[in-house]
Amino acid sequence: MSVDTSKVADTNAGTAATPKKPGKAGVVANWADERLGLGTLMKKNLRKVFPDHWSFMLGEIALWSFVVLLLSGVFLTLWYTPSMGEVEYQGSYNPLRGVEMSEAMASTLRLSFDVRGGLLMRQMHHWAAMLFIASMMIHLLRVYFTGAFRKPRELNWVIGSLLLLLGTLEGFTGYSLPDDLLSGTGIRAADGFMKSMPVVGTYMSFFLFGGEFPGEAIIPRLYTVHVLLIPGILLALIAAHMLLLVYHKHTQWPGPGRTEENVVGFPMLPVYAAKAGGFFFIVFGVSALMGGLLSINPVWKFGPYDPTKVTAGSQPDWYMGWPDGLLRIMPGWESHFWGVTLSWNVFIPIIVMPGLMFTILLMLPFIESWVTGDKRDHHLLQRPRNAPTRTAVMVALMTFYGLAWIAGGNDIIAIKLHLSINQITYFIRAAIFVGPVIAFLITRRWCISLQRHDEQKLLHGYETGIIMRSAEGGYSERHLPVNEAEAYTLTAREREEVWTPGDRTDANGVPAKRGRLDGLRGKLSTLMYADNVQPVTKEELEAAHHHADHEHELQASLEGQPADGHQFNGHHAVDGEDLRGDH
Amino acid sequence: MSIDHDQDVTRAERSDNVPAIPDPGLPEHTWRPTDVDERLAKRAERQVATLFGLSSVCVLLFLVSYFVLDVGDNHTTFAGFGASTVALGSTLGGALLFIGIGIIQWARKLMGDHEISEMRHPARSSDEDRAATLEALALGAEESGIGRRPLVRNSLLGAVGLLGLPAIVMLRDLGPLPGDKLYHTVWEKGMRVVRDVVGTPINKADLEIGDLVNAEPEIVFAVDEEGEHVLEGVELQVAKSKAAVILLRMDPSDITPAKGRENWSVDGIVCYSKICTHVGCPISLNERKTHHLLCPCHQSTFDLADSGKVVFGPAARSLPQLPLMVDEEGFLVAQSDFTEPVGPSFWERG
Ligand code: HEM
Ligand code: FES
Repeated sequence: MSVDTSKVADTNAGTAATPKKPGKAGVVANWADERLGLGTLMKKNLRKVFPDHWSFMLGEIALWSFVVLLLSGVFLTLWYTPSMGEVEYQGSYNPLRGVEMSEAMASTLRLSFDVRGGLLMRQMHHWAAMLFIASMMIHLLRVYFTGAFRKPRELNWVIGSLLLLLGTLEGFTGYSLPDDLLSGTGIRAADGFMKSMPVVGTYMSFFLFGGEFPGEAIIPRLYTVHVLLIPGILLALIAAHMLLLVYHKHTQWPGPGRTEENVVGFPMLPVYAAKAGGFFFIVFGVSALMGGLLSINPVWKFGPYDPTKVTAGSQPDWYMGWPDGLLRIMPGWESHFWGVTLSWNVFIPIIVMPGLMFTILLMLPFIESWVTGDKRDHHLLQRPRNAPTRTAVMVALMTFYGLAWIAGGNDIIAIKLHLSINQITYFIRAAIFVGPVIAFLITRRWCISLQRHDEQKLLHGYETGIIMRSAEGGYSERHLPVNEAEAYTLTAREREEVWTPGDRTDANGVPAKRGRLDGLRGKLSTLMYADNVQPVTKEELEAAHHHADHEHELQASLEGQPADGHQFNGHHAVDGEDLRGDH
Repeated sequence: MSIDHDQDVTRAERSDNVPAIPDPGLPEHTWRPTDVDERLAKRAERQVATLFGLSSVCVLLFLVSYFVLDVGDNHTTFAGFGASTVALGSTLGGALLFIGIGIIQWARKLMGDHEISEMRHPARSSDEDRAATLEALALGAEESGIGRRPLVRNSLLGAVGLLGLPAIVMLRDLGPLPGDKLYHTVWEKGMRVVRDVVGTPINKADLEIGDLVNAEPEIVFAVDEEGEHVLEGVELQVAKSKAAVILLRMDPSDITPAKGRENWSVDGIVCYSKICTHVGCPISLNERKTHHLLCPCHQSTFDLADSGKVVFGPAARSLPQLPLMVDEEGFLVAQSDFTEPVGPSFWERG
């Protein structure tokens, strides 16, 4: 092995020996590389390939809005005072001057009216929080519907779900900080939620509030959670999320030249970096515009928190709406036994259900791979229609979420639509059970019929809308074959196999023992796959072409016309041929 | 890892996964107008530079707005939140957006747009690496003797496990134990029911049938000899959180008093806790005709003519009633504290 000694100091001169005189940037790069060895690391990653698709931007919105939250949040901390000590407001907002309020509220008003750009930053912070949570949710849907969560990416799904959970908690703690009437109402409800927990509830409430509600500890404690604890965890999880993304390489849509084994797209440097970097400025800019032009959480209109007051139409931020809705439609059940009380009416909708929904979300990839028995790596995305049952499961969950969310606005709906709140409540109580089932069935059927449609398109061509009249006077629509790239894309997916119990053998060919859940697994696998339309085989395609040829003979009189039917038989390429034919 | 090879890499032959149509491979790269026409490229260059220039203009405008426009009591101008906020937001937004749009335009028009292809590698490590790792782990276990000396191992596990205790115990002083605090409020025999906000006592004759008054215990407003408030700060907040009440006068014949509550009202005036038994919102919406009280948080509805029973909504328990009487001067006072805890249910409540 030869050792490059050119970089080793061989004199006593003050400067390190270098092979040749580099330029200015070279000097810096050299300085850094000799200490950090960045060259090797960056060699691999600077031209790393990132595939392009609009839906891959959703995660980016989440990432960049988090950065906006960090920046605007730090600005807010410079003025905000996390204290519940009472002061008399003397700032420049006239209607509240002289009113007793907590320092937290007074400093929020100061930020809003006496610090230049303070209201802008508050509103930017709040809007960015909305963007953050909304984009995470839509990003999650994208990942699920396209099957991007499958092996080897399950852990990134888990991390993503945790991010959504923590982002929601972070939003709730932030919403509580200004200590205005709405946020205080939210905290008080949270106190009620905690008290509904069996055995530990009352203690948790007293420990969290430092005594009885409202105490004077909750705002400073939530502040620590909001600016230190959760952002720290979020930062670490986001870093892990990104590292895994780079390690696995991004998924891509199938298409000509895009396979399970490669990744096609733009290199990180320069195109992807420029687009992502530019996009950061766009997200930042949009938050700034929203912060400047759209009012959000005008705490001065609600006034300071007063435990004896509440405003009509009290509502949490929208992402807390669905548990709030469940809380509203839950019947008033409460049990008393052995001298204790269990408030099902609060415990189930607000403690059990969110936990359950989150667990289901977290488990989705693992449930699917258990049902399908699929343990292979997947890097090509699937269209939602090509996984009908998976798609239907998420649509059912979304229906549940949506109905619960609507229930969270039942009073507003009642007023706007002049309905009775009782009727709305009874309706949603039933719909929340029936709706997801109906949604599941419809979605699954719909996906399968879309698959059929794709199959038809591939075998018999697409509908041109051109009506042909035959010699006998019958009418038929002309179908033209899809082009090669699209045809390939339509066929490039995997055949699915229903998992059947009992067909497994161990290494020695001895049938493996049936597991206890094998029956269930087999049934679920049937549900998952059995009705799906499988990709067209070579034989089917040839048969269809043959049929087309046959038809073509019958229509021989059309020979020489545009779109004469040769396009069906694959004897010559159709690319570039003028099918509509104005010749 | 190979980078930058433009050829298509065909799908590996998987027995069940050969598509019916062979992979035609990546489509040919098409040149953009800016790639082939230097004039167009120059124009794109100028466009991008203009966008960056506009951003700088916005920054200047931002600075001007910052120093020229007042914040403060001009909050009503411009949709309720001040000319300063609107101007700062639009200029900052513009400054950022122009940079973003400029960079993306640059990337789309002028940067190379060759799509390149890179091979994937499986996430799992190679068999040799796995074997080497397992070997190293086994060697580590062997050399430490962790398997051979269970006494050391187990006592260490125990010791580290116990370290969790200080971490938990140290949280003990986060708050006091609940004790019986949730069972009592500041109400007591003879305490006057006074009006919310102003704190004036209420004569039963002040109320017409159908009148609803938000009220509080007198002690919330009381001052001692030195003119100091008796209740202040946290104590005051806690007292108000539990003791707020609602007075309603209705036709005495409308009331269906529960057993033992026959003398809790005064000439049709009843007094109930204002704190919802669901999760604790203060209740305030009154349906005049029906004596129903609606909680704005989740719409639990309580019937004040019938012991505060829940007639609709997610709450499970009636609103606690405060027994009323009149003192010598004819003002409404409490007969006692509430006879049950107010507010949301909790485990120990029984
Ligand atoms: C995922 C991240 C975050 C979310 C979802 C979030 C959300 C929120 C929300 C909804 C508010 C209420 C804003 C209002 O209307 O006044 C808020 C307030 C606040 N946030 Fe955040 N935030 C996040 C990160 C941060 C960070 C990293 C910091 C600081 C380092 C921070 C500091 C603050 C401060 C000081 C307030 C109180 C401001 C006020 O009362 O006006 N936030 N946050
Ligand atoms: S707090 Fe009153 S109904 Fe929920």
